[in-house]
Amino acid sequence: MPERHDGRSPLRDQRAAGWWATGAALLISVLFSVIAHAAGVANLPQGDPQRGSTIYERCQACHSLDRNRTGPKHCGLLGRAAGSVDDYRYSPALRNSGIVWSVDSLDRFLENPLKTVPGTRMGYAGVKNPQERADLIAYLATVGACGKMP
Amino acid sequence: MTESIVSLPRRSFFAQAGRTTLSAGAVMLLAGCAGNRAAMAASSETDINILNSALGAEQEAIAAYQVGAESGLLTKPVLDLAVQFQGHHKAHADLLAETVRDLGGAPAEPLANYDFPTADLKSEADVLRFAAGLEKGAVSAYLGAVPLFTERELAKAAASILGDEAMHWAVLRNALGENPVPVAFVS
Repeated sequence: MPERHDGRSPLRDQRAAGWWATGAALLISVLFSVIAHAAGVANLPQGDPQRGSTIYERCQACHSLDRNRTGPKHCGLLGRAAGSVDDYRYSPALRNSGIVWSVDSLDRFLENPLKTVPGTRMGYAGVKNPQERADLIAYLATVGACGKMP
Repeated sequence: MTESIVSLPRRSFFAQAGRTTLSAGAVMLLAGCAGNRAAMAASSETDINILNSALGAEQEAIAAYQVGAESGLLTKPVLDLAVQFQGHHKAHADLLAETVRDLGGAPAEPLANYDFPTADLKSEADVLRFAAGLEKGAVSAYLGAVPLFTERELAKAAASILGDEAMHWAVLRNALGENPVPVAFVS
């Protein structure tokens, strides 16, 4: 290795460069997270709808894509105001929540329904794993509007 | 709801355990605790909501087994199984309704009509698969409810029902020729 004239070790320079790179990556990651949060975009990993369809089987004690059951149907969910399916009787808490179902609002609700909407009748602890939530939301996003499902 | 194909035999979930009283006290007895009713009364509205969600699902399961039993698609052994499982769900529903009342709430009423995918039920296997899906969902629902109860004895009782639903699911899978217990953990 050639000798340096400034007397500093190249190894020390490499280490410094490494720290700078790590710091910059961390800063970018934090900035991205802040921007994503401000924009209402869930900070979730990429979801896989196929895995999501398997996870959805857990929901099928109470829900269906195309029929109201103990819980309301899920067709056309994304973009819909919470508590707005005509022929389903919601809790006042959900009906008055002001939520419009998006990736972000679904992420928060699915993680902990009772904390997100106290008084909801959905007595379920939630889907705690972010990847599973991402998969489930990705699957729900593939479901068409009610009456237009394949 | 249509009239049951059988009257609920006393040889039910609770009778087998030597319990005959379907009340919040029964929940505590079921949970192996002779404990105090005042603690139950202190349970929050959250508990009532969770119990009513479970009750709604149980009522739907009772109606679903009725549809399966009346479909004419089931052979005698499978029909017997369906009747037995329906009896379990009736016992669950009775217990849940009684507990809601004991906690000061109004039990959810069964729907006048259930919108089941009956057009898709064309064989015994279809009925079994439909029932297995409901039971699997029920396992997940109880699993998601157990940690939420403010009253721990209710959580324990719900876990007991979860175990019963899981057995139903396994038996139905077995009847379909599938691995009855495909995973080490339910979710």
